[in-house]
Amino acid sequence: MTLRLFVPRDAGALAVGADAVAARMAAALQQRGIGHQIVRTGSRGLYWLEPMVEVATPAGRIAYGPVSPSAALSVLEAILADAGPHPLRLGAPEAIPFLKRQTRLSFARCGVIDPLSLADYQAAGGYLGLTRAVAMAGPAMIETVLESGLRGRGGAGFPTGIKWRTAAAAAGGRKFIVCNADEGDSGTFADRMIMEGDPFLLIEGMTIAGLAVGASKGYIYTRSEYPHAIATMNAAIALARAQGLLGGDVLGSGRGFELEMRVGAGAYVCGEETALLDSIEGKRGQVRAKPPLPAITGLFGCPTVINNVLTLIAVPWIFSHGAGAYREFGMGRSRGTMPIQLAGNIRHGGLYETAFGISLGDLVDDIGGGTATGRPVRAVQVGGPLGAYFPPALFDTPFDYEAFAARDGLIGHGGIVVFDDSVDMARQARFALEFCSVESCGKCTPCRIGSTRGVEVLDRVLAGENVAANLALIEDLCQTLKFGSLCALGGFTPYPVMSALTHFREDFIPRRPLAAE
Amino acid sequence: MASSQPRDTGLAWDADRAAAIIAAHAGMEGPLLPALHALQAAFGHVPAEAVPALAHAFNLSRADVHGVVSFYHDFRDHLAGRHVLRLCRAEACQAMGGDALAARARERLGIGWGETTADGAVTLEPVFCLGLCACSPSAMLDGALHGRLDAAALDALLDEVTP
Repeated sequence: MTLRLFVPRDAGALAVGADAVAARMAAALQQRGIGHQIVRTGSRGLYWLEPMVEVATPAGRIAYGPVSPSAALSVLEAILADAGPHPLRLGAPEAIPFLKRQTRLSFARCGVIDPLSLADYQAAGGYLGLTRAVAMAGPAMIETVLESGLRGRGGAGFPTGIKWRTAAAAAGGRKFIVCNADEGDSGTFADRMIMEGDPFLLIEGMTIAGLAVGASKGYIYTRSEYPHAIATMNAAIALARAQGLLGGDVLGSGRGFELEMRVGAGAYVCGEETALLDSIEGKRGQVRAKPPLPAITGLFGCPTVINNVLTLIAVPWIFSHGAGAYREFGMGRSRGTMPIQLAGNIRHGGLYETAFGISLGDLVDDIGGGTATGRPVRAVQVGGPLGAYFPPALFDTPFDYEAFAARDGLIGHGGIVVFDDSVDMARQARFALEFCSVESCGKCTPCRIGSTRGVEVLDRVLAGENVAANLALIEDLCQTLKFGSLCALGGFTPYPVMSALTHFREDFIPRRPLAAE
Repeated sequence: MASSQPRDTGLAWDADRAAAIIAAHAGMEGPLLPALHALQAAFGHVPAEAVPALAHAFNLSRADVHGVVSFYHDFRDHLAGRHVLRLCRAEACQAMGGDALAARARERLGIGWGETTADGAVTLEPVFCLGLCACSPSAMLDGALHGRLDAAALDALLDEVTP
């Protein structure tokens, strides 16, 4: 029997030596004349165990990890001894608590299958959703999404079905589906994992969206910082097209849908949906004033649905398992599951998909295992560079759009970055303002100028100049940014700044000026 | 900014080659960014000569094209060094000592962000997230990814690219 090994090709695994591990194992097996196949999968998202190598056995897969290139050959020996003992042997991957406790709807296949094997994808339930969808009329498809309670996973939490219905009802011959895969938030990598590990899922979700709203073309806009994701998506699109899963007649339905990748060029603000549209059109990535909504006047002036990767990849499951089944997960108005990303200074960092409602403390302390450095957790930033910093005192906050908003925070794209007690929160607040000033598209004044003034005023506070008055000025400036900015970049930059000031006031005592970098 | 030297005569401006690249994108909707990426891939930067050529081909003003080129951090107006080291400066990497690594890299190379060493060997750039936030701190060296960096691992990378 051919030996089947699984070594991730996910960028996170490549960054810690997965290619070298695969190459060493392949060379050793070749030399010994052992028939083998090394399947390059995505990552299961247990990053502290990457590179995680798995072997197929009659009793299921057995995992080893983290397998550094220098450990590759000794692990291979153990694998050849009937997947036998080794200090890095993890047993069945599904039994690892971090994975076992998850509810993987969207990430069920990621890290398991060959990302570019349509046969693997279909054997694992892929394209079942689209098969059901093509038998339905557009309005019934939209009704299904409405019933599921799915809300936009990019951060705003807008009901997906309403967005689809608006675009479907809008007048216009051409309509577009745009996937926002411009995953710029630090602490997030779920979009990247899917594009590298289960690209057909995104294609299927976008195709369903296209058929539902009557859009014949979709664009996936992602980041130039994601070269592996771009290559995998392009290869998957070509494979889907060759099989009639994209093109003029999707699954013989008589309806067509075509897909194209577009790559950004290092501008964070292009993750804002209207800036993203301008970028696809070949312009500076500047934010548009709303209204008009993109669903009515979007890409090239046509009705356009813009959804995040995580929104679109929830769609196939909703069609294959039913809107009611999806709705059963979650809490309050946050239905279904959220792929949460645990990052930064955390012992067990990775992708944790679970129903809404889990507490922040459970995520950080229990599932994440606290900090990687072993020091106490001092702050966690939830929702990327525009998200609030939470102290452990707020760890009872449930992961839910409304619960985070009630505590002056946001869940954003589901990234959680953990910091230990060595963090300087004044420095983090300053970084937030500086980042905003560098990445501002320049269209609105509060963001363009307010961020720069904010850095200056904060430096004055830390230098001991009129501390009380200058802190009041920063708070006032944050109000202006929050209510006067055109988009979330200026509008949400106050979250990290104000949360640092509110919860970590002791870090804002005067001292010598922070280095300007 | 420190000087950089041309590394390869193959990167020299070639009007015919540029015209062919631009023409290959003419049928796209919104062709400017894809064409700019292709030009930079071919020439190592976006040469000034490309701006009027793009404007003419896509029926834009030169100001429009310049506005786009200068808006996006990725597009260079001059060649980078023979190696490009991009260090992640974002929060998840900050939480794992990224700032200290960044200071170390700048000190060893003797350059600031966006600069190239005097011998043209290395350009140092900040990057705001490579999506390796559970394996931080991270970096990209000439397109290859590196995670869980510490001082020793960074030194090994720098040793590879500095004489």
